Amino acid sequence: MELIDKTIHELHRMLIGGEVTSVALTRAFLQRIAETDNRINAFITVCEEQALKDSEAADRLIAEGKADLLTGIPVALKDIFLTAGVRTTCASKILDTFIAPYDGTAVARLKERGAVIVGKLNMDEFAMGSSNENSAFGPVKNPWDTSTVPGGSSGGSAASVAARQAVATLGTDTGGSIRQPASHCGVVGLKPTYGRVSRYGVIAYASSLDQVGPISRDVEDCAILLQAIAGYDPADSTSVDTPVPDYRAGIKDGVKGLKIGLPKEYFIEGLDPEVKAAMEAAIETYRGLGAEFVDVSLPHTDYAVASYYLIATAEASSNLARYDGVRFGVRVDQGRGLIDMFEQTRAAGFGDEVKRRIMLGTYALSSGYYDAYYLKAQKVRTLIRQDFLEAFQAVDVLLTPVAPTPAFGLGEKVSDPLQMYLSDIFTIPVNLAGTCAMSLPCGFSSAGLPIGLQLIGKPFAEQTLLRVGYAFEQATEWHRKKADL
Amino acid sequence: MGSSKYEVVIGLEVHVQLTTQTKIFCGCSTRFGSAPNSQTCPVCLGLPGALPVLNRKVVEYAIRTGLATHCAIAPRSVFARKNYFYPDLPKGYQISQFELPICEHGHLEIETEDGGPKTIGITRIHMEEDAGKLLHGEGPEAGSSSFVDLNRACTPLLEIVSEPDMRSSDEAIAYLKKLHQIVMYLGVCDGNLEEGSFRCDANVSIRPWGQKEFGTRAELKNINSFRFIKQAIDYEVERQADILDDGGKVVQETRLFDSVTGMTRSMRGKEEAHDYRYFPDPDLVPLVVSPEWVEQVRQELPELPEAKVARFIREFGIPRYDAEVLSADRAMAEYYDATVARHGNGKLCANWVMGEVQRRLNEDGVAISDSPVTPELLAALLGRIDDNTISGKIAKTVFEEMWRSGDAPDKIIEEKGLKQVTDTGAIEQIIDEVIAANLDQVEEYRGGKDKVFGFFVGQVMKASKGKANPAAVNEMLKKKLQG
Repeated sequence: MELIDKTIHELHRMLIGGEVTSVALTRAFLQRIAETDNRINAFITVCEEQALKDSEAADRLIAEGKADLLTGIPVALKDIFLTAGVRTTCASKILDTFIAPYDGTAVARLKERGAVIVGKLNMDEFAMGSSNENSAFGPVKNPWDTSTVPGGSSGGSAASVAARQAVATLGTDTGGSIRQPASHCGVVGLKPTYGRVSRYGVIAYASSLDQVGPISRDVEDCAILLQAIAGYDPADSTSVDTPVPDYRAGIKDGVKGLKIGLPKEYFIEGLDPEVKAAMEAAIETYRGLGAEFVDVSLPHTDYAVASYYLIATAEASSNLARYDGVRFGVRVDQGRGLIDMFEQTRAAGFGDEVKRRIMLGTYALSSGYYDAYYLKAQKVRTLIRQDFLEAFQAVDVLLTPVAPTPAFGLGEKVSDPLQMYLSDIFTIPVNLAGTCAMSLPCGFSSAGLPIGLQLIGKPFAEQTLLRVGYAFEQATEWHRKKADL
Repeated sequence: MGSSKYEVVIGLEVHVQLTTQTKIFCGCSTRFGSAPNSQTCPVCLGLPGALPVLNRKVVEYAIRTGLATHCAIAPRSVFARKNYFYPDLPKGYQISQFELPICEHGHLEIETEDGGPKTIGITRIHMEEDAGKLLHGEGPEAGSSSFVDLNRACTPLLEIVSEPDMRSSDEAIAYLKKLHQIVMYLGVCDGNLEEGSFRCDANVSIRPWGQKEFGTRAELKNINSFRFIKQAIDYEVERQADILDDGGKVVQETRLFDSVTGMTRSMRGKEEAHDYRYFPDPDLVPLVVSPEWVEQVRQELPELPEAKVARFIREFGIPRYDAEVLSADRAMAEYYDATVARHGNGKLCANWVMGEVQRRLNEDGVAISDSPVTPELLAALLGRIDDNTISGKIAKTVFEEMWRSGDAPDKIIEEKGLKQVTDTGAIEQIIDEVIAANLDQVEEYRGGKDKVFGFFVGQVMKASKGKANPAAVNEMLKKKLQG
């Protein structure tokens, strides 16, 4: 097994055991990026010089015996995280020239632990998309089949882990943007409970839904990364001040007697037969491990996608107003006055999907429509949250598919936004409910594309998710499969 | 023709800039007059990824203001985004409060022209951030360029919205002055109108007397002095009356007051009115204010003007007029209070604070808090009148010297030899000299011309350089003249 195939916990042991240095490790990943990224397009910016410098510093820490689990580990960040001194584009032309003047909280926490940031990852522009085709820097390709999409919006974050370009990455999940690409790329992705990880320094798409989370090769790495970034941040008023448990403690405790709910609304007609088969196999695996299954209902599931596209776009229309060409980023000024400068800058700077969502959101908030759209959607959101809380009265976690199908072909859904939006049908309700969920590999289609399993937990029960995911991983080999590049 | 045919209806929206040390959603300083953009950070610059964190002090000031204006303090209030594009608005939205403000249902008492009290309703008070400032054609690349200074962006404001309860520009001014006095008393605002710390928009409409429905209103903006507010409202009332007299219709619009011409002009009509697309700000959780907090703020409220006036009358026995003058400004009231506490004679203290102290403050343009004559020193001076060390007249001379040097009165009296002469021997000698030099007048006096007595007093005081004790002079002079 090559260095680049290893996990954080494996590499950590090698680093402190002196089997490898962070510099060597960082070089290996930088080389891998150089060799493969012309086929994957996962990186917008590679921070070679800084990464090597940081890896030297990490090696010194390791030599002094001050190594944290993440010290010296090469990671990469979705290009939505502000990273001091590094270009941060959010995959948008409008931020093409934007050098972040400060570190976001999650980034600062990784740096404090000595993680080596090798680069900034491609994504759907402003995290709006489910295929990573909405990037000003071109689409990301799925390492398992480069004619298919990696999913989105954290497409680069998932594809780079699958392509062994980084040990692990950070993404953000507003409506499935960590879990769906993790599923399509055969890696592990976790969306923490809303408020668990600070959003400070993360470019906002939909503030009430956005949440930072890790993407990694296995569940234990996911726990290590979450441990590093989770916790209250006074700079984010929506971060929650509850203690962060030790996420690796009890991870091996198994699932005997655990009650797993199967929401009937997620096992519907139209679910890809191979996805359905993979779910059934996963259920059997868990049964074999001693878990019990309970049928549950989340009756308002049908309204989730519509509500999401009202709430998320409404917030986005306001969040993206600051990209006006006045203070930072790209400005298009033809000397025809202020309004013209605003309009030309935004017309040239934003891509089609971003414009579509700004228009949708502006409409939803407009006087006379607010009650019918935004307010109604918020009410539905409350109902959806109640659905989950009620289901969790009877069960510990829920098991569902991540996406209705494996990765689809590049360009296949570009012209049909609605079809594209529906690919997030199983992930969106979790964001609306504000709870946590994880995607983990559970099989492959006949075409050789990964299929993902979603575990949904109670609010702030990431620990349970990690334990349940770990048990599955120990019983299966899916996460060990490697994309052939 | 004109306005007498119509009843005037006025509602006011006042923006009060709070005197917190730091901004409402970040830790930057709120100091006025620093180099452009020197008091900014990712939050108030609206940089990507930056998030607002509410300044607790701002909430406290809002509660304070709400309590002082008899508002109900909402246990749960919500910040909302007001969306519009402008270069001085870094995020493309202003964080304000919309559906659920922190204070509602308050009122203020004003005095109308005929002297009667009147209650003006306060609809709501909410917290919001200020925008930055645009500088046109200034700076290094003057000319057609505009520059953005975001030092003021994110500075905390209270917007205080009245009911349309005022019926004349005088009532509007009375309300504004009262509100101005209260926020100054509360210490939440420096009250500086020119620097924009206390800004007012006026909603003005007229209707025929007896009509129940309100007329169509115009919103007047950009008025930065009490005088201009009156001017703007009066102009607007005449303008609307002329329209109605001519059979026209007033259109709903926003109008800008021009302080040079004294006129208002249309800024934008109803059709061009912004749709601000308000919605709850998802970056800020709903603000929960506990009853305990409200109670604590209530306990810490300063004594407000009305209460002060009543107490001054009751405890110090001064006339209402004096009490109101002394209470107009919190610092002056505190100065007076401190003086009386040390001297005891309420009326004498009032006369001096309203008289000499106020006069010198005005002459030098000094704030009472910076007065070189402190309440302690003033009380000491007045004490020297009481114990006959100096006369009231000499006291004014001593006061001048105290003002100039900041010295204690006793030191000045001593050094300048201003001590009153109560030694009867010394006074007798002066009187004898005066009588000897004015024998004609002595004859007149003895002949029954009582008025001449005043002349002798004057001569004696003059000869003593004002230091002779007037009572002693009177007594002795009378005896000597009667022969």
